[in-house]
Amino acid sequence: MVVFRSAALHSCVLLALVALFFVLPAYHVGAFSRIMVLAIYAIGYNLLFGYTGLLSLGHAMFFAAGMYGFGLSMNFGGLTVLPAFAVGVTAAGLLSVAVGFLALRTIGVAFMIVTLMFAQTFYLVILYFGEYTRGDEGFIIQQAQRSIAGIDLTTETARYFTAFILFAICFLAMARLVQSPFGKRLVAIRENEERARMLGYDVGRLKLAALVVSGLFSGVAGAAYAMLFGYVGASFAAVHYSIFPLLWVLLGGAGTTVGPLIGVIFMFYLIDVSSSFTNAYMLVAGIALVLLTLFAPQGIAGTLRKRAVSWLP
Amino acid sequence: MTKTSNISRRKTLLGLGAGAGALAAGGVLPGSLGFAQAQSSAPIKIGFQKHATGIGAAYGRWYDVATNAAAARINEMGGINGRPVEIITEDDATDPGRGAEVLEKFANQHEVDVAFGTLFSHVVIGSAPRAGELKLPYFVVSEGHHVASGMLNRYTLQPGITDVKSQVISMAPFVADNLGKKVTMIYPDFAFGHDHRDFFSEAIEAQGGEVVAKIAIPPTETTFTRYFPNIPRETEVIYHVMVGPAVLTFVKEMGEFFGPSRPEIFGFIDSLEAVDIQSPGLEFLEGTYFWEGMPRYKQANESEAASAYRAAVGVNDSGAAIDDPSNVATYAHMFGCWETLHVIKAGMEAADYQGPADRAKLIEAVEAMSDMPESIEHPQGDKVFNGKTHQAFGKQFISKVGDGRLDVVHTASIEDGLYEDEVDYTTRSF
Repeated sequence: MVVFRSAALHSCVLLALVALFFVLPAYHVGAFSRIMVLAIYAIGYNLLFGYTGLLSLGHAMFFAAGMYGFGLSMNFGGLTVLPAFAVGVTAAGLLSVAVGFLALRTIGVAFMIVTLMFAQTFYLVILYFGEYTRGDEGFIIQQAQRSIAGIDLTTETARYFTAFILFAICFLAMARLVQSPFGKRLVAIRENEERARMLGYDVGRLKLAALVVSGLFSGVAGAAYAMLFGYVGASFAAVHYSIFPLLWVLLGGAGTTVGPLIGVIFMFYLIDVSSSFTNAYMLVAGIALVLLTLFAPQGIAGTLRKRAVSWLP
Repeated sequence: MTKTSNISRRKTLLGLGAGAGALAAGGVLPGSLGFAQAQSSAPIKIGFQKHATGIGAAYGRWYDVATNAAAARINEMGGINGRPVEIITEDDATDPGRGAEVLEKFANQHEVDVAFGTLFSHVVIGSAPRAGELKLPYFVVSEGHHVASGMLNRYTLQPGITDVKSQVISMAPFVADNLGKKVTMIYPDFAFGHDHRDFFSEAIEAQGGEVVAKIAIPPTETTFTRYFPNIPRETEVIYHVMVGPAVLTFVKEMGEFFGPSRPEIFGFIDSLEAVDIQSPGLEFLEGTYFWEGMPRYKQANESEAASAYRAAVGVNDSGAAIDDPSNVATYAHMFGCWETLHVIKAGMEAADYQGPADRAKLIEAVEAMSDMPESIEHPQGDKVFNGKTHQAFGKQFISKVGDGRLDVVHTASIEDGLYEDEVDYTTRSF
């Protein structure tokens, strides 16, 4: 029954996203294209933070690895969109393996600091190789380059449905993954790492796998952002892009499959609407975060699961 | 008995007007008649992408002042094609991701006619692809070389301010002839600094000089003392272009390092925009030279147009707000907003711009511009606009710090800053 409800919920979310394309005004269609890409990033982050209990402050490096892997391989390697996309995702995957081997030797606050330092190093590497990356300015993927099999990805329809397809794949894959034995083991690590180890699980290997999958999802989001919006820049590797997925997941509901999407939508529109009224919109966002932390510490979806919908995956 | 009508002429006219309005709104009248009626008094909407928050906030504040002053003047003159100008401001947080979102908001939510006003290069580069895709004319006031380099698209133009390449190469003759030929460059180790490094190195060599050392400062650096020993003894001129909040520390530490015997020093005022030159710690800058896009301090020979502009933006003779002398303007750059809005007005009038369907005509009209003589519309001075590269070229000023103020000692001509075209946007499709 729970499996059926879960499948129905995920199907409804995807159907709603398709329907939104036809009912939303143009601006919000564009906004939702961006939201779905960023939600992929949040979904990846949620696997590590929400399900495994590892708080990374350096995920921007994986997002940026996907973005730069995509952009540099197009502009310097002459690749077309799909091979470049594969390069971007592979770059993020390889980086997450390397970072995982080193960072996972630490736990707790040390893990946060080490991931933050790795991300800062990655950011400075981008600036250092400014001859290729154009440093902080970044570079553009020209409109003519962004097409697949003759489909121009820069039209609103193609952009929306490309973002939707990528989001749907990641959303359903993650929903399946966290219900699988692998996902249950990650939750076991989150709840009590020592007990999981005593039960015979290879905790180190599982945490590394979680980090790599999380990094791959982040890389998909980074490559998708460059592909759909045509810009590659160092600001996406800066520290605030490591903080964003943490906020999205906390707001939406850590350890829930729909939480990341809810968190991105909430945060996006909170800033978008409040910035129309005041320059102090980050203060508004901060107050909203404090209120949510006080009254709904498990995030929107987490609180729903606790109070009303106990089967929420 | 004659039946008298109680319907007055005024009521009849009102009724007819209301009926026509309702029909036009309902789309019953022929399209062109209804459209023309609705368009004739609708404002021209200009989306101002403002750095209200983030690292560019000081610039954003003053770009806002110049923008609103220009819009007020244009409206006093009857607007554009008889329609008032409405400035719609959105904060881009000086962030390229948010910048692109703001352009989407302008195009699809506010339904502006054009977008305008961005300064920081990374925000321009992050936003320009969306401008091209949304087919929204995007007039930047960035001074970056990204427009003229050919990196962007036909919808992005920079008609109100000279780009950094032109600024830098026009400085080289003065530096080589008056300050020295052996130059050490100190610059931030990111794209803005790299532009200065590359353009100036080439330009000074063309003047028979050379860059004897290039000292790149990492962007996270907060103290600079350890870099100064890398300055070669043979250095005759230090060229610095540090930006950000650490610039005061940079100047102070450079003063402590050199003491009373220092080489000549030349810098870009970008370092000290919105900073009072008389701030404690900046005494060491006495006798040094700065590039200025427009002189901050009122000069004895300031033109009538420049003085009128200074009054219109509410800046006193020392380059600070009249109502708050501690609020120093970003005077070397903000004129770009004023001039760009007047270029938009001239372009729309030349194109007989009626609405978004005429955006391509507007761009072609601006591309057709060339000479822009000094006037109240162009108070910084004469400009030459290159329609192929979408870039304006103008005079540049070199000022010397003395008695706690900046005074112009050299004016580089437009010709000093010209360079070969790197792109022809007019060959690209809309």
